[in-house]
Amino acid sequence: MSIKVKYFGSLKQWVGRSEDELNFSVRISVKEAWQQVNIDKPMPVNTLSSVNFDYVDPDYMLNDGDELAFFPPVTGG
Amino acid sequence: MIQIRGHSFDPWAELVNYQTGNRILLSQAGATCVFVGTMRDFNDGNSVRSMLLEHYSGMTEKQLANIIDAAKQQWSFSDVLLVHRTGEIEPSETIVLLATWAAHRGDAYDANRFIMESLKSKAPFWKKEILADGKARWVEKNTDGYSQLPK
Repeated sequence: MSIKVKYFGSLKQWVGRSEDELNFSVRISVKEAWQQVNIDKPMPVNTLSSVNFDYVDPDYMLNDGDELAFFPPVTGG
Repeated sequence: MIQIRGHSFDPWAELVNYQTGNRILLSQAGATCVFVGTMRDFNDGNSVRSMLLEHYSGMTEKQLANIIDAAKQQWSFSDVLLVHRTGEIEPSETIVLLATWAAHRGDAYDANRFIMESLKSKAPFWKKEILADGKARWVEKNTDGYSQLPK
């Protein structure tokens, strides 16, 4: 299974990249995906996550082909 | 209609253009409520020279459509025009235009407020301010608009 991981806002700056590709054989959660691609960086407490453009909880289980995103609180308007 | 714009726009010209030729909309709407959000040249005690507004293309449009659908469940209104800027913005430029048309003012006002407050907490936009001294800082959190209401 393979997913795309995107980062936005100050979090993109913090992790130092805008995108990752993640491959896994057993289904993993959003939280576990973060740990796999950011081994040296714990997820900041205010981090929000989405899968395929919908907000999800850290325990949400990912599927093949999902687009996962991590970002800080939004500040539009 | 929802639009994301990478360049500056005149909110009043947008309104005129949208309403022109849309007599059905105007004949049905006894009330039009308009909100315009404009960039300030100060924030948190500092002068701000410009701002970079980033967004998550695809999710932004989906979340805004969800917010408008949620408003439709609560209020009766005939149309919405929502235009939001992205990219480099300078003070006095419009960040967001939100117009709601309804038969009655209560629905126009309340739906407009709901959509705007929901946008502030759910639509994936992020602001980075460039201060007068050239330093950059991310805006960390939007204020809660409802906390300003009289008790």
